[in-house]
Amino acid sequence: MWYLCVFYHRLLDYRKPEVESLADLFGAFEDKQSPDFATRNRVLEWRLPKHHHPDSPFHFVNLPSEDVARNIANRSILVKGIYELWGEGSSFEELKEAVTSYPDERKLPYLESESTFKITVDSFGKVMSLHEQKERIWGLSYIPFKGRVNLKNPDHNFWLMETDDNATNNGLPPVVQRRIFFGREVGGADRKLIPTYQLKSRTYLGPTAMDAEMAFLMANQAQAAPGKLVYDPFVGTGSILVSAAHFGAMTMGADIDIRVVRDGRGPDCNVWSNFKQYGLPMPIALLRADNNLPPWRHGLKEVFDAIICDPPYGVRAGGRKSGGRKLLKGVVGPYTVPDDKRADHIPSTAPYSLLECVHDLLDLAARMLVMGGRLVFFYPVLREDDSVEDHFPEHPCFKLVATSEQILSSRYGRVLLSMVKTSSYTEELALAARIKHLEFKENHTKWLENGNLHSSVFSPADVESGDLKVSKESKPKYRGKYV
Amino acid sequence: MRLLTHNMLSSNIKGVTNGFPLRIEVEKVVEKQVEINHDFLRNIFPKIDWKAFFDASRVMGYAELPEEAPEPLVLESDLEFLRKFHHALLELHLEEGALVCPETGRKFPVNKGIPNMLLHEDEV
Repeated sequence: MWYLCVFYHRLLDYRKPEVESLADLFGAFEDKQSPDFATRNRVLEWRLPKHHHPDSPFHFVNLPSEDVARNIANRSILVKGIYELWGEGSSFEELKEAVTSYPDERKLPYLESESTFKITVDSFGKVMSLHEQKERIWGLSYIPFKGRVNLKNPDHNFWLMETDDNATNNGLPPVVQRRIFFGREVGGADRKLIPTYQLKSRTYLGPTAMDAEMAFLMANQAQAAPGKLVYDPFVGTGSILVSAAHFGAMTMGADIDIRVVRDGRGPDCNVWSNFKQYGLPMPIALLRADNNLPPWRHGLKEVFDAIICDPPYGVRAGGRKSGGRKLLKGVVGPYTVPDDKRADHIPSTAPYSLLECVHDLLDLAARMLVMGGRLVFFYPVLREDDSVEDHFPEHPCFKLVATSEQILSSRYGRVLLSMVKTSSYTEELALAARIKHLEFKENHTKWLENGNLHSSVFSPADVESGDLKVSKESKPKYRGKYV
Repeated sequence: MRLLTHNMLSSNIKGVTNGFPLRIEVEKVVEKQVEINHDFLRNIFPKIDWKAFFDASRVMGYAELPEEAPEPLVLESDLEFLRKFHHALLELHLEEGALVCPETGRKFPVNKGIPNMLLHEDEV
């Protein structure tokens, strides 16, 4: 059945992938199953309302049942509401016609005298005064509401939503014609999660702690749920695991920096205290490990249901791996640490380029994820002329199911990649992946100097003539993904 | 460090053929309650190397696990076994101690419950 899905107008690239991922989690694709993960085509049908731009917050989506729709909406972070549409039109007359001709058997059960209800009037692209809102509510008197009004906690919540043909439309190209929707709310995001978990009040923070809203989006892309085991190989302060734990998953994390993972900033200010702060179950394991030389036993595989992480891109935090820079370059020969110094020895580490880091991550995930498990991670991209690099790292064991860009500055952004494991890990596939990695390095990453983004992001702007300035100012101020 | 973690780790020092299982040296064991989740236990059970798990539980001072791994079907209904499995897997913590490589004797310290598996420069 088709539902109206209204999104919060932000993080535009993340909206539909979140719904698709949750639809999969809540069984929307059950009847389309095929035994082979690779050929499963788990994509929802979407339609745009008349005259609307694809970035509009209003979309129609086909979902198998109201239960699925409610589960998706309530767990999501970006869905303002999913509504059973009772009518739509370009004018209030058209809307009235549509609503009155909507089948009674769909309407009457929600208009009963023993139930309570509320009507919310909302608009996109303009502000309506209380008086205007009340007018519109009175305009709906042709609907036979028999129940009592309860504004705080109604059984049924009806929404009247308007998008108007104003010149400005929250940064979007203007809607050509006014469009009005009336529907019954089925579910919506619990945005209170965000102030509850906001980093501002987090006990233990690091410079690259993941923002609460984004951490929840990542956990939704990874389909974190009770009974599942989620791993973060770059755990840092645990900000991503916190959101996975909120959704009931068991969590596990590793980091190469022992000070971050074991010590924190004191006994009450460490990764454990972050979980304690929200009453969440602690991670079942935190360890110090190098992703480049992982400590897993040979033969261990298909243990994690999801791997969610934010690898170091080398901009604000660089990656490290074992070995010692001079050692790896052959400047010094391998040395042995004298026995008396061994206990507290902190092994030297060498810079770990983004690409090598991602390759190791893909290799780890290919081996350690269950079949159908999800790998969700950020990959940085340079933005040139508003077009985005669309060559992402690949691995033969994975199918890429979603890419969502978040713009970070005029020069760069990061893309959240979601991959599903579709084939078992074998030595042959690992070798094929290594070859792919070397090819990728050759062909698609000339922009990474020393394997990292740092210089691209922080080098002073090119000193060009006024031409550059003029062209930037004359570009239309379409905000698109800046929202 | 829980026994689930111990069951996954091995010593990957250069030149070592089989670094699993690591021998546990106990300095301090703590018991911490964790809410039981039967689905999680059923999912993780096939991945556990039972012999290593059984031996490790003994070292940690828990003697109630069966020496032989039960049939997976047992987990569907035997709640008593699930409880013992859960307890040994997730509720026993090695707070302080070390994990020792079975071939080289190299100790990987465990401090504040966190094992330090980083290799030294000459082990890479």
